[in-house]
This record gives sequence, structure tokens and C-alpha cells, in this order.
Amino acid sequence: MKDHKGVMIYAEQRGGKVHPVSYELLGKGREIADKLNVELSSVLLGSQMAEEAQELIYYGADTVFLYDHADFREFDLINYKRNIVRLVEEVRPEILLLGATHLGRSLGPRIAVALSTGLTADCIGLDIDEQDNLVQIRPAFSGNILAYIRTSTRPQMATIRYKVMQKRERDPGRRGEVVRKDVELGDPLLALVGKESSSGVNIAEADVIVSGGRGLKKPEDFKILEGLAEVLGGVIGSSRPLVDDGWIGKEHQVGFSGNTVKPKLYVACGVSGSPQHLAGMRASDIIVAVNSDPSAPIFRIADYGVVGDLYEVVPKLTDELRRRQSG
Amino acid sequence: MISIVVPIKQVPDMERVKFDKEKGTVDRSSAPGEINPFDLNALEAAVQIKEKLGATVTTVSMGPPQAEAALRDALSRGADRGILLVDRAFAGADTWATSYTLASAIQRLGQTDLIVCGEKTVDGDTGQVGPEIAEWLDIPHVAYVSEIKNVGEKMVVVCDMEGDRYLMESRFPLLITVTKDINSPRLPSFSDKLKARKAEIEKCTAEELSAVADASRFGLKGSPTRLNKVIVPSEEGRKGEIFRGNPEETALRLADALKEGGLSENVK
Repeated sequence: MKDHKGVMIYAEQRGGKVHPVSYELLGKGREIADKLNVELSSVLLGSQMAEEAQELIYYGADTVFLYDHADFREFDLINYKRNIVRLVEEVRPEILLLGATHLGRSLGPRIAVALSTGLTADCIGLDIDEQDNLVQIRPAFSGNILAYIRTSTRPQMATIRYKVMQKRERDPGRRGEVVRKDVELGDPLLALVGKESSSGVNIAEADVIVSGGRGLKKPEDFKILEGLAEVLGGVIGSSRPLVDDGWIGKEHQVGFSGNTVKPKLYVACGVSGSPQHLAGMRASDIIVAVNSDPSAPIFRIADYGVVGDLYEVVPKLTDELRRRQSG
Repeated sequence: MISIVVPIKQVPDMERVKFDKEKGTVDRSSAPGEINPFDLNALEAAVQIKEKLGATVTTVSMGPPQAEAALRDALSRGADRGILLVDRAFAGADTWATSYTLASAIQRLGQTDLIVCGEKTVDGDTGQVGPEIAEWLDIPHVAYVSEIKNVGEKMVVVCDMEGDRYLMESRFPLLITVTKDINSPRLPSFSDKLKARKAEIEKCTAEELSAVADASRFGLKGSPTRLNKVIVPSEEGRKGEIFRGNPEETALRLADALKEGGLSENVK
């Protein structure tokens, strides 16, 4: 195991755009690499991404391994895996981190099996123990428990949840090396034959979310929440039943089978707080709940709760905030 | 005829399961077991293909003897065959060992064209086992499938990635993991339930599986990751201030609280 050295992070991009989780991984990766006194490298697969590779250095990487190929503009799972596995076998890092995005959670498992090493999913914390092992902390059981996990094989692999780790300040004076690697392509088993980009709201990125639940009586009543969201500069979220009933689009759904969110402010209106919903929003900085049922589970995780009718409380709150803003 | 395998897991009912804060354990006896809800979508997708094109649907589960109930439930929902991988040697497996064991069992079945998995389980919540099975079997996979467009010479599916929709095409064999959006799982009829109650659930032990697999990779012993500690986090740290009273007053107090936290302004 001693022959494995260094920390490597997978810098994710899709369609030429680097996913921001990559910079967060560099931030945490830098911290760990400094603690272990080893190098931090990054692997980037894409098409014409020399500038982005340089950015990874500004955000903390010592070395960036760049796989530049026209076929890599969008993800090619099997060939991404092939090249990353080859690189890891060559560089032999002791730690390999990926973002717990859809792509990371699809690609990571294949790399782990190909390298005969363990993989811990969706971590929200990482630490180094006295023996220099990576301690991986992750929620399980819909966020009801936190598990501390260690890996006996190398590299120690984990996917890390987006918006949990801190990225470093961009330092354009930072020096590092971009190493261009030869791309190896195998038989394309999977073909990407079309893509539709999302046009709507990206709730996972929002700083303020005003969410509706079963306490809403009809679809049009989301208007009431929109008023509050507008005053607070937020977006609309929803619990699953309303999405299932077609009241609002899936892109607004918060919860275990929807979006995991971590806004600065989460206002839950008429949301009772099923375990599935809580799993998707319990990491919010400040949670406000408005619900007429004082025993609703949402109150147990709320910073501020109002026991009352959302149809009365929310418009009054909206008016009051608006009055103060204009005053 | 297409041969489809659906790996399923029995999980505790998440609405009811209790957690011991002191010991940091999950009290699995506090809630009845059920098929992982995401696996029901996988099973439904497989059964719909069977109804349209003709297929055999085999469900495989690794678990304790009582997981037989989950396989019976799957039979009542349209599966043709249920296989339980049951052995103490399988216990304590992480996703690496679990996926190896399931992949070995699938290999032992012979020709498989399509493997359909749920996106993740509600207890482990890793979403890793599906793609790991694909890697063990050296076949392609598409994760987060929200729609099956066509099943013919090739399979065309829609893969959801953070709101972007990718249309993916693959030859068989193929593994897909499906999201909740793909369908609404059916409820079994009373007569189907009765029939399933009498059906045989095949069992497979570690020794039987060893004919095609390396037994040192099973269970806890074969798992590269180890759970060192579990904590049940409490929500302390939250203020938990509850306002009651007339709407005007509570709205005012809430507005004050938000102002104090610097949250009452439109930051944009």
C-alpha cells in the first residue's frame, strides 16, 4: 500500500462546461494532500479544454492530466473509465475522489470494480486518521444515520456530494503542470444519439427555496409561494405528491427521489416533512416551516416554525418583508 | 425471447424504521421489510417489456432467509422466477462484494440480455451496485434512465443527468438503472398474490455460487470498505423556535427572525 501516493480528483465536465463540484474537490483535495504532504493531481477528459485545465491549477491542482479528444465533449462512460483506470494504474494515487453527481455516481463504480478497490458513495465529510487512512463520512437511511467508513484497498475512492466542500480562492499565480495524455478509445458500446438541455429552474443551485407541500389546496396556490419567493429572491420547490399529481414540474421536486438541496434559507409551507423530503433538504442552513399541524415532523428540524395556516401566514409575511424592503 | 434480470433488495419500511441514537444502530426489527421502492420501478419496466415483446423476468436478491418474502412479492407483480442468494458467507457485504455476488449469480443463469436495477436503495443510498454489476460482467450500462424509447435490435433510453436528457443507444447485453419517473409500479392482484405464495423460490448458497465465483470476494471478508462507526445525528444546533398565535403576529415575528439572520432581503 505504501507504493500508492498522492491525491487525485476527477474534474467533471459535460458539453465543455466544468462542473463546479470539481473546484470543491480540489479545495478538499488540497487540504488532504497538504496534510499527507503529497501531490494533488486532477484528471480532465474533454474536448479543447486547455484553459479549463489551467483553471484547475489555479484552484489547487499540482498536475492536471488532460485527455483531449473530440469524442470526449460529452461523456463516453466506457472510454472515460478505460483512460482513468489506465492513468490511476500509472500514477498510483492513494486517494481518488469524484463528485457525487449523476455522472460521478455512474462512472465511479465502474472505475472501482476495474481497479479492484472500494468506493464510498455520496460523502459529506472526509478526514485523515492517525494511520493516514481516509475516513469517509456519509449519510445513509435517507439521512437518518451518518456512517464512518474506511477502505482497506488502494486507491481509497469516494464520491463527494456537491455543495459540501469549500473551493479555494482562485489564484492565477499558482504554478502547476498540464500533462497531455494519449487518448485510448475502444469499441463504442454506447452511443449518445441526442441531448436536450434543461431550460428551467436549477433548484440544486438556489440560495433560497420556498417549498409547497400537501397543505396547498390547488395547483394555482403556488402563486402565493411565488410571491414570497420573489421577495426573498428564491425559487419554488415542491414535495413529491404535488409533482406526482402534475401540479408542478419534476425540476422543482425536493427530496430523496428528486433534488438534494442546500440553500441558505429553506421555507417549507404546508410540507409535513416525510423522511424522503427531509433527506433532500435537511442540510439547508436555515429551515423555516409553516404548517397548521403542530405535530408535523418538519418542525423537528426547523430553526423557525409557525403553527398556522399558510394561506394566512405566507401572504402576511410576504407583505411585511416587502414593506420593510421598500421602507 | 429477451431474458431480463432484475436484482432486488429487501429494505425496512423507511416511514417506520427506528434508530437507536445511543448505540448508533438501525433497529431493523422495528419495521417490516419490503421491496426497495426503486426496485419496484425496475421490476415494472421489465414486466412492461415482457408484456410487449415477450421476455422472461428473473429476480435475484441477496439477503437473509426472510428476504424470500420480497421475491414472492416480485412474482406477484409479474416476475417469472425468484432466486435468493442466502448464506452467512454473504453477510456484511459492501457494494463491491454485493455487486460481485449478484454478478456471479447472473453469470450462473447463462445468457442475459438486459439487467434492470433501481436507481438506488432507500437504506444504503449508494446507487453503486448497478454500475458495479455492469463492470463485473463487462457490459455497458446507462444509469438514471427515466424513459425507455425503444427495445428492438438495439435499446434506446433517456438518461437524466441534472436536468439534461441524453438519448442513449446500446446493443445487448446492457444494464440500466431506472429512476422513479420511468413508470408507476402496478399493485398485485389478489389472485397473483395467492399464486406467488405457492411458487417456489430458488435458493443459492455460497458454495453453489463458488462454481463460477471466487468465494473470498463474498460478504464482509471480501469487502474493501469497512463501516467503523455509525452515529444517529440529532437535529440539535437548530434553534427550534416555534411561533404560535394570530397570523399577523406570527408573520411579524418570523420577519424579525429572518431579518436577524440577514435573510429578509432579496439578495439578487
